[in-house]
Parts: sequence; structure tokens; C-alpha cells
Amino acid sequence: MILLVTILIPLLAALAVALAPETRAKSIAMLGTCVALVLGGYLALQFPWDHAGEFHLGGEKAIEWLPSLGISLSLGVDGVALLLILLTLLLGPICVAASSTAITSRRRSYYAWLLVLQAAMTGVFAARDIVVFYVCFEFTLVPMFVLISLWGSTNRKRAAVKFFLYTFTGSVLALAAIVYVAAVNAAIDPASLTSLERGLHPEAGRWSFSIDALTFAAGHLSSAEQALVMAGLMLGFAVKVPLFPFHTWLPLAHTEAPTAGSVILAGVLLKLGTYGIYRFVFAFAPMAVVEYAPLVALVCIVGILYGGLICWVQTDVKKLVAYSSVAHLGFCVLGMFALNGAGLTGSIFYMINHGLSTGALFLLIGMIYERYHTRSMKELGGLAAKMPIWSTFMVFFTMASVGLPGLNGFVSEFLCLLGAFQASSAWGSGLWGSAGAMKGATLGELGPWYALIAGVGMVIGAIYLLYMVGRIVWGKLVEPHAHHDGHDAHAPVLPKDLCTREIALLLPLAALCIGLGVYPKPVLQALEEPVRFSLRGIDDVRAARPVAATPIEAARVEVTP
Amino acid sequence: MLSITTTPAWGEFTFDAGQALLPGMVGYAKVMIAAVGLLLLMLMAGTVDRTDEERIAAGRASFDPLRSNRAEFYAFFLFSLTGLMLVAGADTLLWMFLALELTSLPTYIMVAISTQRNRSREAAVKYFFLGALGAAVFLYGFTLIYGGCGTARLNEIHDHIALHGINTLTMAGIMLSLLGLGFKIAAVPMHFYTPDVYEGAAPQVSAFLAFVPKTAGFMAILLLAATIGWTYDPGAVKGVIRASEHGTQLPEAVRVLLWVMAAMTMTVGNILAVLQSSVKRILAYSSIAHSGYMLVGVIAGPGDGSFTGSGVGAVLFYLMAYGVMNVGAFAVLAALERGRRDDGDAIEIETVDDLRGLWSSHPRMALVMLVCNLSLLGMPPLLGFFGKLPLFTSAIGAGEVPLVIVLGVNSAIAAYYYLRLAFVPMLENADRGAGAPRAAPFRSREIAGLLSAAGVIALAVFGASIMKRVEAAAKVSPTIAEIQATATP
Repeated sequence: MILLVTILIPLLAALAVALAPETRAKSIAMLGTCVALVLGGYLALQFPWDHAGEFHLGGEKAIEWLPSLGISLSLGVDGVALLLILLTLLLGPICVAASSTAITSRRRSYYAWLLVLQAAMTGVFAARDIVVFYVCFEFTLVPMFVLISLWGSTNRKRAAVKFFLYTFTGSVLALAAIVYVAAVNAAIDPASLTSLERGLHPEAGRWSFSIDALTFAAGHLSSAEQALVMAGLMLGFAVKVPLFPFHTWLPLAHTEAPTAGSVILAGVLLKLGTYGIYRFVFAFAPMAVVEYAPLVALVCIVGILYGGLICWVQTDVKKLVAYSSVAHLGFCVLGMFALNGAGLTGSIFYMINHGLSTGALFLLIGMIYERYHTRSMKELGGLAAKMPIWSTFMVFFTMASVGLPGLNGFVSEFLCLLGAFQASSAWGSGLWGSAGAMKGATLGELGPWYALIAGVGMVIGAIYLLYMVGRIVWGKLVEPHAHHDGHDAHAPVLPKDLCTREIALLLPLAALCIGLGVYPKPVLQALEEPVRFSLRGIDDVRAARPVAATPIEAARVEVTP
Repeated sequence: MLSITTTPAWGEFTFDAGQALLPGMVGYAKVMIAAVGLLLLMLMAGTVDRTDEERIAAGRASFDPLRSNRAEFYAFFLFSLTGLMLVAGADTLLWMFLALELTSLPTYIMVAISTQRNRSREAAVKYFFLGALGAAVFLYGFTLIYGGCGTARLNEIHDHIALHGINTLTMAGIMLSLLGLGFKIAAVPMHFYTPDVYEGAAPQVSAFLAFVPKTAGFMAILLLAATIGWTYDPGAVKGVIRASEHGTQLPEAVRVLLWVMAAMTMTVGNILAVLQSSVKRILAYSSIAHSGYMLVGVIAGPGDGSFTGSGVGAVLFYLMAYGVMNVGAFAVLAALERGRRDDGDAIEIETVDDLRGLWSSHPRMALVMLVCNLSLLGMPPLLGFFGKLPLFTSAIGAGEVPLVIVLGVNSAIAAYYYLRLAFVPMLENADRGAGAPRAAPFRSREIAGLLSAAGVIALAVFGASIMKRVEAAAKVSPTIAEIQATATP
């Protein structure tokens, strides 16, 4: 029940905002998001972290919603979902606070849509019924569309439409794949199951969209069917992530969105895609995942390098950070498709870290934009002289984003690469014979080459981010010409450097970056069980596969009887 | 008027249900038609004789029964709805034809007198001639079926087909009937009239056209399909086509015809809708596309009989959903006017640009436009999504995966123009100089819009009981196997 309340509170707050006078909008929104955050804290306390792989807190019984369609309002979170919900709830008040001076028109609509968006995002992570998931997943499009097209910058309408159409198209195909699995579930003959299975999966043989039922039904899919299901789901989620060829909406949407919109987009919305892959592609199509992991990894690596190289030549700061998201999420998905403990843990941890550091970077860029009305690196430079506090934060979060050891980005990026590196036996037995005994190394689909090339992407990442910081933080002081000042006569006058409010909303993010970087153990421990559970299906597939896949492996099998 | 509209709804409890192929459909259809009919009735307020009545009210003219069209208009409205209800219960081909004509003939006149403009007359003439052509085609098909089976009663045709298979003559009859009925539902290649007629008629009459003939056509198609049965194996189409015990689809030839019609209808409808700038034309082409979606359900058939697995149920539910959300979209056009013309007609909202700035001038109507168009687009958690979901599930359950992908891609194309309709009123500011549209002096039109927007949300959240009714309404009985079992001792 408490999960349902956490979703409903932002919705109620949105309603209150819509009915309240314009001047009250922000305070009600702040109250709503803060209450939700407090509830989130309570959720975290209630949650049995030792059993983070199972689903909790959803209440005793699922609420029947549309029983004829097999849809019930069943909620529940495991460790992964709860961490992402906490990230969502944390960014809530930050986004409200970040908007107070930037948004001056139609504030009621703005905060109402922001709250609706938060409710939908929480619902995505809390759903245990895939239609409920899909409803929330799709509905995030509407508020985001409005946020971009009403409060965005010059090219906002095109950006909003492109964002909507891209994601909508992808997710309709994902829906087809989901329905396919549901149809397989409905076609199961309960008489063919053992009595134990029948007891565990009462929904088998009936139409149901419960995630557990569909996961069980996916076991009845042939490998060709699984490949189709994976293709459909990946189309939907890859657009959202976004993976390489489907990423073109992202830079546009990020550049045009208002600051809070960018923060949410980078912080949470992109994670909906990776979460979808983690939760559904792995569960519904384990055979296909094992089969096509190298292909997905290849796409990720192309994305990492391509995104990085494009960042290098950007002059628009916001666009640069947007493209860096393409590269960073490439790492995230690469780690996921390493299909081993290290990679998957790193990947989930990456989702959270990227939300924190990139979210903060967008906040910082928004602060600059509010002051100078430009995002061009040509018009900005040497701001350290004028805005020391801002510059400190900028350098700090850039470092977090680059993956400086000691900060959070390093842990997850390292784990992702390690996972990709370890996910092989080919080199393990040959070149690095002794290293083959490395703990946790698995017989997997990727290999050191993948990690090595992705590692180049890491270097490129360091280059472009440091280059950006070098241009706008250090060097000669460059400020845009005064004619920008007349841009918005109603805009409140801001101090030269950051004010207390702005510092206050950056501080928690910075604290988390340090905390998770220095002592990531609690999170990594919490992720251990969910990751193990997710990999069970994958390991079963591997166990059933013929072992001698490559000559080298064949040789190794001969050597080690 | 209200009582006449609702009376047949209660009729299901007292009268014989009529046809026995989809016996549950009759009751459901009557209630649905009466409910959407009420919304449409609220929309119709002030459609005819507005100028005359204003002059009478001002004392500049006296009431002349011969000049007044009002009574006729509402009478035709009710005739048409009655015909629609009769289609649901048709148990012979003859009755089906008569009921279909009772549905259609009044609509031709309603289109003609809905405005004072010649454009309406032109639309009516076009509609009438093409409608007559369509009627001729399916009537010819009906006679061929009669010739092939020796009976006009649907139950007997059903049994005849079950025992003797479908001969060539019957098959030709079925094909022609489906093609002719394609006119009623505005399916490609019988869709050409739709945009012109919808544009020529007053918006409230266009809303009527988008619901009533379409529903009639779909119920007739469902009855025909139930007559043939969804019990054929894929494969040979030569010679006499026989049903089999394990078959799960329509005869291959019929399936292919409907498949191509469905795919073409949604694709053509959606692509042409993207190119339009007139709101009514967009809605007209989108109405074509929605017919294509529903044809998917006809192809899928009753499946395992559950609501989720049944294409028949999906069509019946979608008809209701489409009726409600469509009334909302047209209600906005009917409730607003940009001024009056010399002959007294309202100057309607024509292009999408005319909707700009609606959020500040008429926030309620902008909200209706937003909700109804997002629902038409299939955005969860609105009614349109839960209408489309059973189409997805039933079609995939029936193995029609490629068709579902076509359906999905089309939903995405539709997103483009529905986004414009949904968000232009909210996001765009009115041009300077252009005055904001004012509300038409008929509150009931606005209320109809608000009611359907509320319905779009409420029926999605609390739709469980309706879905249960639809599940019962979509029961196909008896199956071919049962008849064969009883006929061959």
C-alpha cells in the first residue's frame, strides 16, 4: 500500500497545484515532492535489504483493476527498483527548487506536469504488472512533451515532437512483444504442468500480465521466438536509453528542455530504458540475450565511441553533456550484457550514478544559462574568476562523470568494464592464462576486446569533459555580450555566483557522489541478490548450451577433463 | 426523445434476442448505442432551423410548420439509431439489409440539412450515390449467398455451411458483402467519400456519421463472419471450403481479403490524415484508420472466448470506446464557432490553426480536446489504449503477428496528427488579430464533450464491469463442431 501512496501523493499534489492560485504552485509542489521523498526514506527503512532480490512493500494482495484483461494493480519493489525510486524521489524536490527562478510563466501547469511526471516514473519502477508498467512508461511521454514544448528554448516544438514520436514508436513495438509473451502464457495447458508449477503459477493458461507469470511463460518460448521478443522489447527500450542508432532525439530534447526537464530526462527517464532491458529482456528472452549479447555490446561500443567523438566537437555545453549521456549509457548497457555479476552490478550502479552526476551537470548548466542566456562554449570562459562556487561544483561533477577514482562514477564504470573484460574464456585460457583463474570470471559472450575498445571511449570521455571544463572554467574570462540581458525583462535578478538555494540543491548530490564513491559497499551488497536472481535464467541457458563454441574453448575443454 | 432513445435498451430483457449467432451482442449493442446516442443527441442541439427560430424568438417571423425541419431531423436521427439496433439483432439477410438501409437513408438527409451551405448538399449527394453503390454491392452479395445456400436465415446458412462447406457461389457472395459493407465502415477501397462528407456536414452530424454507420457495418460484418465461423484451417482455397475441428480462422480467402483491407485501411487513413490541415478531414481520415484497427479484431475471431483473447469482444469494446472519444473530439468543433455567416450558419473551426489559444479562451474545451485525442491516439491509461490492447492480444493469440506490427506502426503514425490536435489548443498562442472562437449558444454540446472526456478517463479506470459484459456479448454460438456432432449421429 505504501508504494501506492508514494505514487498517489505527487498526483494529488498535481491536482492541488492545478486548483491552487498561481503563487502557491511552487510551494505545494515542493511540499508534495518532499512528502514523497520522506515516504521514500520510510520505504528504504522498511525494506529488508538482506533479501533485496525479492519483491516487497507492495501490500498483501494486488488490487484488481481490469480482471477481464488480466490486469491488476500489483506493486512491489526489489533492491534495484527501490534504488531507482529513491533516485526519482530525490530528484523531485531538487527539480522543483531548480525551477523557481527559471520558470516565470504558467507556473501552475508547469509544476502540475512535473508532479504527474514524478508519479508516472515512480509507477514504472514499482509495477509488478507489465501493463501497469507500460501505462506509466508511456504516460511519462505526455508530461515531458508538455515540459519541453512549453518551457523549452527556441527549437522546442520540433524537439518535443521528435522525442514523443521516437519513443512512442519504439514502445508500441515493445507492447507487441509483451503481448506475444502474454499470448504464450494464455496458451499454456495447465494440465501439462507439474502440480508444483501449477501452484506457483496459477496464472498459466489464462490471460495475465503479471510479470511473474510472463517470466514463467517465457520459458515456453522457442529460441527463435525469444529472438523476436527480444527484438521488439529492445526496439522499445533502446530508443529510450538511447542506444546508438536510435539516439538522435536525445541531444535535441536535452538542449531544448528546461533545466528541470533535462535533469529528469537524464536522471530518470533514460533509466526507464535500461531498467526495462534489465527487468524484461533478461527475464523474457534469456536464450536470445545470450545469443545476441555480442551484437548489443557492439552497438554499445559504437555508441560509446561515436557519442564521445561527437562530444569532442560540440560547442554547446548542454548538447555536449547530452551526447555524453549516449556514451555513458553505452557503458551501462555494455556492462549489463556482459551477463556476469560484476557487469550487471556495475550497470545498475551506473544507472544511479549517471542520474546523480549528469543530473547535477544539467543543473549547473541551467544556472549558467539563467545568468548569461547562452550555452555556447565560445561565449563563455574563465568563469572560475567570477563564479568560484559554481566552478568548484562544475569541476567536481565533471570529475564524477569522468570516473575519477574516489567518486561514484569510477566504481560503476570500472565494474562495467571489468564485467565485459571477464565475460570471456577465450583469452582467459590463452594469453592471460593465469588471469583465467580470476575470481568471478565467467564463460561469457563478450571479451577483453570489448572492454579494451570501450576503455578507449573512457579516455575520450575524459578528454571532452576536461576540455569543456578547461574552456569554461579556466582560461581567459569570456562573458557574453550585454545584449543578452534584455532577453527576459521579468526574470528575477540573480547574484553573480550561486545563491544559497542553488548550493543547497547541489550539495546532497555532491554528498552522494562522494559517499557512493568512497563507500559503495552497502549499495553493491544490496544489489548482490537481485543480480544473482536475474542471472539465474542466463546461467541456465549457458548450462544447456554446447560448451565447445570456439576452437579455443574446445581446446580448453580437452585440456581440462 | 430521450425516452425513445433509451427504451430499446430495456427491450433486451423483454423481447426475443433475434439472431442466435452472437446472441449476447444484441443487448450490449442496444445499451451501447443508446448511451452513445444520448451523447450524440446532446450534440445535435440547434443543428437545424437555428436562424428561423431566432427570428421567431425575436418576433420577426411566425412559426410555420411547413418551414420547420427540426422534427424531421430528430426523427431521422432516431430512425437511424433504431436501424442500428436492428442490425445487431438481424437474423436473416433480408432483415440485415433493411436494417442497414434504415440506418443509412436518414443519414443522407441529415447531412443535407445539417447546414444551409451547398457544401452540405454536395456532400449528401456524394454520400447518397456512393452509399447506394455500396448497398447495391452487398445486396448482390446477399443474393449470391442466398443462391448458394438456399436460405436467407443466418442460422440456417451457418448450419448449411457447417454441413456442406462453402461453395463458390456463397464465397463470391461473402466477398461482395464484405466489400459492400466496407462502405459503411469506410474501409479502403470504399473510403473515398469520408473526408468530403465529414467536411461538408456540420461537425455534430460528422460525429454521428463516424459512429452510427461504422457500428452498423461492423456488427453486420461480425454477424457475417460468425455465420461462416472462425473454424477453418489455413491452406487450400480450391473447391468447397470446409470447416475443421481444429481450425481457428476464417476461410483463407476471406481472411486474406480482410487482412489486406485492414492493412490498407489503417495505412491509407493514417498517412492521408498526416497530410491534412482541416480538423474535420483529419478526424475523417483517422476514422478510416480506426476501421482498419477494428478489422484486425474481426480477423482474429473469438479466440479462446475470454475478453482478452476475443477479437469479437475487442471490436465490440472498441466500437464503444471509439464512439465516446470521437464524440468528444467533434463536440469541441460543435461547441465553438468563429462567427456567423449571412445565412445564419456558424463559421466553424476549420484548420488546426483555428484551435490555437483555446487553452486561454476555452480551457474546458481544450482539455476535452487533449483527453479525447490522446485517447484516440491510444495513450495509456485512457480508454483508447484499453480498446486497442484487446485488439493486440486477440490478434497475437490468433497468430496474426505481422498484422499487429502493421497496427503498431500505424498507431505511431497516428501519433503525429493526434499530437497536433491534442496539443495545439494547449501549447500554441492565438494569432494576434484573429479573435478567439466563442462558445456556441448550446450548452448541451459543451456538456456532451465534457461527458465524453470524463467517460474516456472513467471507463478506463472503472471499465472492468463493461469488459465483463462485452465478454458475454462476444460469445459465438453454437460452434461448427457442435452442429456437426448433432447432425451426424
